[in-house]
Amino acid sequence: MLYREAGQFITHYRADQRLFRLRQDRIGFYLLLASAFVLVPYCGNDYWFSAILIPFLVLSLAGMGLNFLTGYAGQLSLGSAAFMAVGAFSAYNFNLRVEGLPFLLSILLGGVVAGLTGVIFGLPSLKIKGFYVLVSTLAAQFFVQWVFTNFAWFSNDSSSGVITAPPLDVFGLDLSSPAGRYLLTLTIVTALGLLAANIVRSELGRNWMAVRDMDTAAAVIGIAIPKTKLLAFAISSFYLGIAGSLWAFTYLGTVEPHGFDINRSFQILFIIIIGGMGSILGNFLGAAFIVLFPVLMSHIANGLLVGVMDSGHLENFQKIVFGMLIIGFLIKEPNGLASIWQTFTQQLRVWPLRYWSH
Amino acid sequence: MSFFFEVLVGGLLAGVMYSLVAIGFVLIYKASGVFNFAQGSMVLFSALTFVSLLERSYPFWLAFVLTLLIMLVLAWVIERWVLRKLVNRSPITLFMATLGLSYIIEGLAQSLWGAQVHGLDLGINDEPFEVLGLLLSQFDLFASAVAGSLVIILSLFFNKTRTGIALRAVADDPLAALAVGINLQRLWLIVWGVAGFVGLVAGLLWGARLGVQFSLSLVVLKALPVLIIGGFTSITGCIVGGLIIGASEKLAEIFIGPYLGGGIENWFPYVLAMLFLLVRPAGLFGERQIERV
Amino acid sequence: MNTTQPLSPPPLLQLEHISLSFKAVKAITNISFAVQPGEICALIGPNGAGKSSLLNVINGVYRPDEGAISYNGETFNIMQTHHAAERGITRTFQNIALFKGMSVLDNVLTGRNLHVRSSWLEQVFNLGRAPQEAVRQRKKAEAIIEFLHIQPWRNNVVGNLPYGLQKRVELGRALAAEPKLLLLDEPMAGMNTEEKQEMSRFILATQREFGTTIVLIEHDIGVVMALSDHVVVLDYGKKIGDGKPEEVRQNPQVIAAYLGTQH
Repeated sequence: MLYREAGQFITHYRADQRLFRLRQDRIGFYLLLASAFVLVPYCGNDYWFSAILIPFLVLSLAGMGLNFLTGYAGQLSLGSAAFMAVGAFSAYNFNLRVEGLPFLLSILLGGVVAGLTGVIFGLPSLKIKGFYVLVSTLAAQFFVQWVFTNFAWFSNDSSSGVITAPPLDVFGLDLSSPAGRYLLTLTIVTALGLLAANIVRSELGRNWMAVRDMDTAAAVIGIAIPKTKLLAFAISSFYLGIAGSLWAFTYLGTVEPHGFDINRSFQILFIIIIGGMGSILGNFLGAAFIVLFPVLMSHIANGLLVGVMDSGHLENFQKIVFGMLIIGFLIKEPNGLASIWQTFTQQLRVWPLRYWSH
Repeated sequence: MSFFFEVLVGGLLAGVMYSLVAIGFVLIYKASGVFNFAQGSMVLFSALTFVSLLERSYPFWLAFVLTLLIMLVLAWVIERWVLRKLVNRSPITLFMATLGLSYIIEGLAQSLWGAQVHGLDLGINDEPFEVLGLLLSQFDLFASAVAGSLVIILSLFFNKTRTGIALRAVADDPLAALAVGINLQRLWLIVWGVAGFVGLVAGLLWGARLGVQFSLSLVVLKALPVLIIGGFTSITGCIVGGLIIGASEKLAEIFIGPYLGGGIENWFPYVLAMLFLLVRPAGLFGERQIERV
Repeated sequence: MNTTQPLSPPPLLQLEHISLSFKAVKAITNISFAVQPGEICALIGPNGAGKSSLLNVINGVYRPDEGAISYNGETFNIMQTHHAAERGITRTFQNIALFKGMSVLDNVLTGRNLHVRSSWLEQVFNLGRAPQEAVRQRKKAEAIIEFLHIQPWRNNVVGNLPYGLQKRVELGRALAAEPKLLLLDEPMAGMNTEEKQEMSRFILATQREFGTTIVLIEHDIGVVMALSDHVVVLDYGKKIGDGKPEEVRQNPQVIAAYLGTQH
């Protein structure tokens, strides 16, 4: 009853085009932000920051990156982790080799390098379509991992290519505590999340979807296909690059190239399948699912099935359940958790009545 | 120079193994338009099942038949519970479903049979011998012979049997095939079953070479460049593509690798396939589609 | 229209000796004809006569083997799709080529893409020219949506709409580009009489209100005779008739092609 648009008349296109048209949605969003920035740092404990919230935020950001490319622009990719690695290793080197470069700026530059790398591996998509693009993203995945493993220069001659987080100093604040790392991650992810919402609602977002849905028609109405595709690769990889830096520096602290192997790419693909392709909200829902699900499973295993299941079995069991969930989502809810959420809010709007018009 | 030829022949023979995995791919792609990422896990699953049965002292032939039956049951389950529910969905959706499938099959294989490495002895001597000054392995020759006969059997199957002809009809136009009364679901079952069989053969050969272990499911990734070079719809293409990938990655590793610090065979096939695509987008044996609007 | 004027202006579009083949199949053989500015020109002929292929040649989806296309004073041997779009040629497709996952409004807005002046960076950060332009483009798109009476479905996903509405949205997307030359590939295929009348009115209104030159493919001879100023008849990839509707109607070759007497 409280959640409906009665009495809210939209009289300007500008008001119609904002992110949340419903006043209740806006208030809800501000409350969510306020609690994430103020309440959670006060109440949360170190376990929640380090093991749940930070990886959740970073994976949401990575999901956004892949969602631009796959969910919006329709280009399949199995190389997400490669661009994360490029971001992390570039940021590390900028920070290491440029005297006095602020931490945030090195992360940003890492994202830019990842974006450029994305453009290079996106070039074949101009000549080929569909599954063929996969090979180029796989090339990125294996080539990048090989470069960072084989050339010690990138990890400052450390053994087996491990890189370690630089001091997390932002504007003179030391953010190396779990709560500090959480706030740093949250700030970056919120800013890039809002930007993402703008991107997909802008002309560029429309062009991506046009290329995804019908590229011949897109070309015929004058959309520049090469520019559109390459921007998808660039912006996608930029986001993944930033996510890679955060993964290495605010979540793990140290990371080796192996941390960005093809399984990480799969993980990010699963986030967008479960969360919802072509949705910004979906990345958060999918990432939350992927972080919480194993925690939940191991709690169940420890609580109910003590002694029945060892960790190896649990891992296999998780894999099976994961696979079934993916197939289940594709069959029943191809637009993922985001679409379930959307249906729910639609029902809420007309409650206690049952039907709504779109 | 003879060293060069040895590397070349070794690579070609390794390539035969890639071809075997790629053939399973092509069969399913042709019949149902599905880009089956789970082919690699099917290879793993069948090899693991076979080895585990052998270890429980089943005779060779019985283990083979039982494994084949299990692969057929698997095919039935996939057809019934996955493919049938995803009819008319986009190819990308189907691809992602097979990705989920590969997780299920890998999880299943390892929780049933454990994650340790199993040795597999097919009773074929793997000691090299010399022909015309080249060192060859008996096992590699056996593998190529198996691959060769498989290709011959499959092409006879496709060209001579009713089922094979129905399969080609479905590949050409599924709707028209339905309209003339072809039982699509039965065909899918057959194709996934045959792909399971090819997977078993590939799994045995790979397993005998490298040990039956989890990494078998990763050969699926190497099959992708093979398909791209050979074309997604051609069994001949699989063989040729496999040989090209196998030979070139070994040659590159031996002759270019040292200058780059080694390990380049991990990415070389993908880069090769990428460059190849720029020249021949439909592959060597693939058909180029004219887009109708 | 202006075909009765003693001195007709130069044609907007002129095809000269166009031929096109797919492998061994000749789709179009040596076809030439001209379209005057502001007219509605109908391409008719039996299935497989090469009509759609000809439209695809005009806006660069297919590359002809021979011949040249003159458009608005420029001559092209091969038209590129983006050249065609930039010069104000736009079209609809026989089997509807809408962006199925997007809303009606977003589909129409994509048609405006060549008129957008702000860069993607300005739009993404909502700076510079972008905020005002967003409203301006929206107004233009809304005008088209109103023109085609599709306001109630503005925010609906196109893939879920009925066929007739999808055809209208596709026309909307083409009109949003403010085309000089509009190519319509069977805009009324699969419609009932009422829907055809409605679509015909939209096509005529487009010609009158915006002065758009239109080339359309249509099978319904009644509709063709009523709508068009000029009819070109194709059969087996060759041109067998070209003139005003009433002239073409008398042409024995055309009658033969339609009634099935031997060639």
